[in-house]
Amino acid sequence: MLGLNKKDATLLGVVAVLVIFAPFILNPFPADSAMAQFNAGYPDLMQRFVIFGIFAVGFNLLFGLTGYLSFGHAAFLGVGSYSAVWMFKLLSMNVIPAILLSMVIAGLFALLIGFISLRRTGIYFSILTLAFAEMSFRLAYSVLTPITNGETGLQLTLEDPRILGQTATESGGIPVTNLFGLEMRSTEVLNLGGWSFQFNNGYYMAGALLLVAFYISIRIFRSPFGMMLRAVKSNQQRMNYTGLNTKPYTLAAFVISGMYAGLAGGLMASMDPLAGAERMQWTASGEVVLMTILGGAGTLIGPVLGAGFIKYFENIFSKINEAVLHSWFHALPDGLENAIVWVFEHFVGSGWHLTLGLLFMLVVTFLPGGLVEGGQRLGRLFGRKKDAEEKTATQSTPAE
Amino acid sequence: MNNKLTRRGLLKTGAVGGAGLALPTIFTSGASAFTNEPMGGTVTLGFNVPQSGPYADEGADELRAYQLAVEHLNGEGDGGMLNTFSSKVLEGNGILGKKVEYVTGDTQTKSDAARASAKSMIEKDGAVMITGGSSSGVAVAVQGLCQEAGVIFMAGLTHSNDTTGKDKKANGFRHFFNAYMSGAALAPVLTKMYGTDRKAYHLTADYTWGWTQEESIVAATEALGWETVNTVKTPLAATDFSSYITPILQTDADVLVLNHYGGNMVNSLTNAVQFGLRDKIVNGKNFEIVVPLYSRLMARGAGENVKGIFGSTNWHWSLQDEGSKAFVKSFGTKYGFPPSQAAHTCYVQTLLYADAVARAGSFNPCAVGEALEGFEFDGMGNGKTLYRAEDHQCFKDVLVVKGKDNPTSEFDLLEVVEVTPVEQVTYAPDHPMFAGGALGSCNPGA
Repeated sequence: MLGLNKKDATLLGVVAVLVIFAPFILNPFPADSAMAQFNAGYPDLMQRFVIFGIFAVGFNLLFGLTGYLSFGHAAFLGVGSYSAVWMFKLLSMNVIPAILLSMVIAGLFALLIGFISLRRTGIYFSILTLAFAEMSFRLAYSVLTPITNGETGLQLTLEDPRILGQTATESGGIPVTNLFGLEMRSTEVLNLGGWSFQFNNGYYMAGALLLVAFYISIRIFRSPFGMMLRAVKSNQQRMNYTGLNTKPYTLAAFVISGMYAGLAGGLMASMDPLAGAERMQWTASGEVVLMTILGGAGTLIGPVLGAGFIKYFENIFSKINEAVLHSWFHALPDGLENAIVWVFEHFVGSGWHLTLGLLFMLVVTFLPGGLVEGGQRLGRLFGRKKDAEEKTATQSTPAE
Repeated sequence: MNNKLTRRGLLKTGAVGGAGLALPTIFTSGASAFTNEPMGGTVTLGFNVPQSGPYADEGADELRAYQLAVEHLNGEGDGGMLNTFSSKVLEGNGILGKKVEYVTGDTQTKSDAARASAKSMIEKDGAVMITGGSSSGVAVAVQGLCQEAGVIFMAGLTHSNDTTGKDKKANGFRHFFNAYMSGAALAPVLTKMYGTDRKAYHLTADYTWGWTQEESIVAATEALGWETVNTVKTPLAATDFSSYITPILQTDADVLVLNHYGGNMVNSLTNAVQFGLRDKIVNGKNFEIVVPLYSRLMARGAGENVKGIFGSTNWHWSLQDEGSKAFVKSFGTKYGFPPSQAAHTCYVQTLLYADAVARAGSFNPCAVGEALEGFEFDGMGNGKTLYRAEDHQCFKDVLVVKGKDNPTSEFDLLEVVEVTPVEQVTYAPDHPMFAGGALGSCNPGA
């Protein structure tokens, strides 16, 4: 189907089912139960799951296939966001032109940075991309304030021209982002017993784009072009000695990957029309590296899993505060309760980074192939032998 | 490999895809009059404060104040300012009989992160009001979000003119004072102390608050005869200001104005003192340092260096009116130390919101907004205060403070030099520093 072999088609199908039914899957607990704390099925977080999924899938096209570790990918995401917000300010609130422009601008930006950075490999390439990203961040943060509105972030106002749209709605508000009239932020709520499931237009649009992005990524993985990129990863010198110029291939991969990031940035702005400079900071670039490695670099599904994992931690664990902990352990004697809460509060709330760091350490030490490897091991443990053989085939083993 | 596009395959894909696209539209939403209308016996408020980053100290204190306010609203504790508040509709049984619950989030002092955490509080936890924050950039961003989402935003510590100026929103309200008021209150005191022929050099945090504060202080001091030698922007994330201090020594400036707040100010002031600026004599006059926006938390961070340095503040715990005394007492009983100005403004905002809901008889943001607009109250620590309808800014007296020369305790670091009356800091809603924005109309969402 669609030029995919059976295994890839199944994988795409699984991702599609996950995306479509995410509002159910991510909301396993009734809304008024104590466990509702761990529900992740609300529009903002679901949008983040798929948007960062796209970002990580794109990053994996570069890192997973060519082995080039870019430490400045957030710059493309930021550029994409700024382009999209400017489109909302100047042209119209329809998301299509905004997303197209964000991809084009991010692609051009990637072409420029890639052309310079790809002159070097290994750690020097990483440092170069990091330097460019930091430069972009500084520019956005202060020098280019007229374009980016500095630290406050670029926002829509009631005075924006919006040539093809309306400057303000009849009721005097800022119009909302839409897809030909379908409002991105509008959500339908389905109440079933104690559960309430939220279906958000913006999420489904981003989800559809994730499927397209994922499909293109599969095709690239399986194409001769993808094979060439893998060859670059395993031994670039040998390829050069055989008289093959690898730079056009790596540059193409870099630009494609940058456009994925631009798409993610454009989508972020479409869901919430604000672009802040922090999106381009090196910590944001580091985050996508973490997502990819945590999920499994070089695998198809890994980056999506990693993105979901990190975003879940960032949004759910960071919300558990001292009061919540006390309510969990209030059955215990006072002294014990306070001691346990004291220990746990360092790992939740603002300390969620600590938990993430520990988990990352464990994953990298014991599951170098990321969550995907964890899944495979479980599969081998419980599944039939045939399954295990098949699964290794769907995944390209990292060369190093 | 079967990679042909078959008719059957296409039909199958189309059907699945079509079903997927249709899915979100076949359900109807539950009918509620506005976003997150509280249905059960509880109402959820969202406290969005910085728990990491340069303003984490302020954030922690804000959270303490919110917890105290929730206790008092629910009728626990000693009631604090509810006893001194001029409006008496709150009875200590929650808001409109609904028990107050809260959720917290970390703004990280980043617009993006703050919006994400506010969004999750609105979409997931059903918060009907968002409050908090210790940065104007964040306040402006979150205020915009609340306007779109249709919930009330009660700003925490935000001092930029823009929050109720060019970025004002119908759903947003600010109790804290602003940069213009600081300038108007501080400039006369400064010229009285240091003379009218001073040359000022500004170091300014590079974001909306820094810009408007610099603009306000420059305008206010220049109107009284001062000269501005130079203004330099410093990044918010900077921790070492040495490279910004050394160029000052090359100029003939004799006053340094630090438009910094929180950890920024602690570091820049410490650097300035280390470079010996305060012992310098320029143009035959003592070199002076001014910190226009002061807080006790900053004074504690900067230690010895704040002695004798002038600034302005929204509120100070040593004030002797009934409201302040009641608040300091209940805060001190619970936490063992006096509250900061950030804690005060957040506590007051929560009470003001609850009071407005009670007076309006509804949680609907439009009704609450109407109840707050033009509301005059007293007994909240700042004397007689007005929530102006035109820009949703509170107008009240401003305190000019000085770092104490002989502090008696680690909390007794500032002394109030002058209480500038509200008339002196009031401005027209269309003042040039505040022009260019519009409230728009209130948005109840849903």
